[in-house]
Amino acid sequence: MQIAKNSMSRRRFLTVAGGTAALAGLGMVGCSSNGGSSEGEAEGGSEGEPAAELSGSITAVGSTALQPLVEAAAEQFMEENSGVQITIQGGGSGQGITQIVQGAVQIGNSDVFAEEKVDDPADAEKIKDNRVCVVGMGPIVNPEVSVDDIAIADLAKIFTGEITNWNQVGGSDQEIVVINRQAGSGTRAVFEAAVLGDQESATFQEQDSSGTVAKMVSETPGAISYLAFSYFDDSTKALSVDGVAPETANVEDNSWTIWAYEHMYTALESDAATQAFIDYMMSEEVQGSLVEENGYIPVSGMKVEKDAEGNVTQL
Amino acid sequence: MSTALDAPANGGRRKLSKKGRVDLAGKTVSAACIAVVVLLVITLIFMVAQHGLATFFVDGINPLALLTGTEWNPHVDDANGMPTVGALPMIVGSFSVTLLSTAIAIPFAIGSAIFVVEVAPKFGRTVFQPVVELLVGIPSVVYGLLGLTIIVGWMRDLTGTTGYGILSSSIVLALMILPTITSLSIDALTSVPRSYREGAYGVGASRWQTVWHVVLRAAMPSLCTAVVLGMTRAFGEALAVQMVVGNAAQMPDGLFTPAATLTSVLTMGIGNEMTGTVYSNVLWSLALLLLIMSLVFIAIIHFIEHKGGLKKNG
Repeated sequence: MQIAKNSMSRRRFLTVAGGTAALAGLGMVGCSSNGGSSEGEAEGGSEGEPAAELSGSITAVGSTALQPLVEAAAEQFMEENSGVQITIQGGGSGQGITQIVQGAVQIGNSDVFAEEKVDDPADAEKIKDNRVCVVGMGPIVNPEVSVDDIAIADLAKIFTGEITNWNQVGGSDQEIVVINRQAGSGTRAVFEAAVLGDQESATFQEQDSSGTVAKMVSETPGAISYLAFSYFDDSTKALSVDGVAPETANVEDNSWTIWAYEHMYTALESDAATQAFIDYMMSEEVQGSLVEENGYIPVSGMKVEKDAEGNVTQL
Repeated sequence: MSTALDAPANGGRRKLSKKGRVDLAGKTVSAACIAVVVLLVITLIFMVAQHGLATFFVDGINPLALLTGTEWNPHVDDANGMPTVGALPMIVGSFSVTLLSTAIAIPFAIGSAIFVVEVAPKFGRTVFQPVVELLVGIPSVVYGLLGLTIIVGWMRDLTGTTGYGILSSSIVLALMILPTITSLSIDALTSVPRSYREGAYGVGASRWQTVWHVVLRAAMPSLCTAVVLGMTRAFGEALAVQMVVGNAAQMPDGLFTPAATLTSVLTMGIGNEMTGTVYSNVLWSLALLLLIMSLVFIAIIHFIEHKGGLKKNG
């Protein structure tokens, strides 16, 4: 009897434990896949704060460059709208566009126009482009390089491998070490479009993280690369191009031509919470403070507009 | 309760069947775990193969062009109108860093294993081995940063080049695979029966002769396994290598010029490309290649163990 009871209870324990584990597992799967409208969130929101009408969960995937800004904005947004849960993931611009085209997420973050990534142009029409801010980029060199200003044509020649020594562009006799960005990265696409045009850059060493690039350039004599303005610091030297300094004001009137939009792609018809978050991104609360704090340039200040083909028009 | 339920059906075999049922529950749980793991592995292999093979079946790229081509620039078409996807520079890069890092790590790993097992077992077991095994827990990015700030700097000063390249990444990798090889080598040497050593001493061999001619010989299959496992780790390591190898997709023409490995190209590129594009598919092909190489390494380990087992019997 005793043994029987014992074994029974053990079996029951196993069954119960197993069942609980399975249920918990299912529950978790349910939560993560159930992105669009989560009932749990909705109840929590309406109970906690009656004023907040919005509820649901938003997943944003893509550009790691844009991630810090979106994260900061999401944090503020969630404080005001406790019913909304925003999850932000990296993964790269390609992933951001893939997932929003497939409808797997609510927001796809990208450093480049979707038109540049998709094979099938119809895919780019399935999603809505929200340009949340502008990023300026510029060439940086090792601080010991004795060049401060470079003609854009010479800059192009460095990246196509025609110019290999700093003395060819007015510097001292020092070999140029080019540190390029990963092919396909947003930063490289912007730089090549603005500087190289139709030419292809030669094969150089490549690096994809902006922080690592800054570190490499600061430590490698004769090094040149390019970074977003927000990564400029004293460890590297930012060059002016054709006499124009890499500054916000010069980007706004397009006298500095190496710049791009940061995009937050959404579905053509997005749910209320997602739309509210995008509206929030464009509002003065984000544009006026967070955008600049994160080293970006607010879209509101731009005097020109650039399309996916790179054509610039005055506003 | 239970007796009432069980009695009519099972009769005499009741007791056994209850034990059996607990047994069965245990078996079911562990079988379920195995099933999940197996399913996961199969799904993974299927997924990598599906994307990786799409390069050849969907995009129509010649597998030979991928394996033997020396130009890598998938965004640009070559003379035949096909994307330029020669992966040979990365294949050569991966094998170079793997072999060189293993060659650097082996003397240190086996030397310290001999010290731990044969010379100072107490110090070795209580202090040295835990310290070495601690190295496993350090994240790759830390090794990468160490390499970037220290080793690349040394190489630059020594050779007058940029410092990025195969040798720098091999040194970083050697450090990373050292604990794996050392730990397994220690186990290998420990498992050599005491009687072998006593026999060697008995015929008048010195300690060195005993270690060299008897202990290392007897432990050879397990030592090889240790080395191959180290190589597997070196081959698959991505982040640390990517930070110091330079990532220039060109045929390496020396140890000090920037090169690229399969893993470094893969980590940098995969997030930037849209799923389903040629570039993305080609990157998956590289992943498939890495997977196949891992399988080869595992096969080698099984082969060595099988052979070693036969030797011991004979």
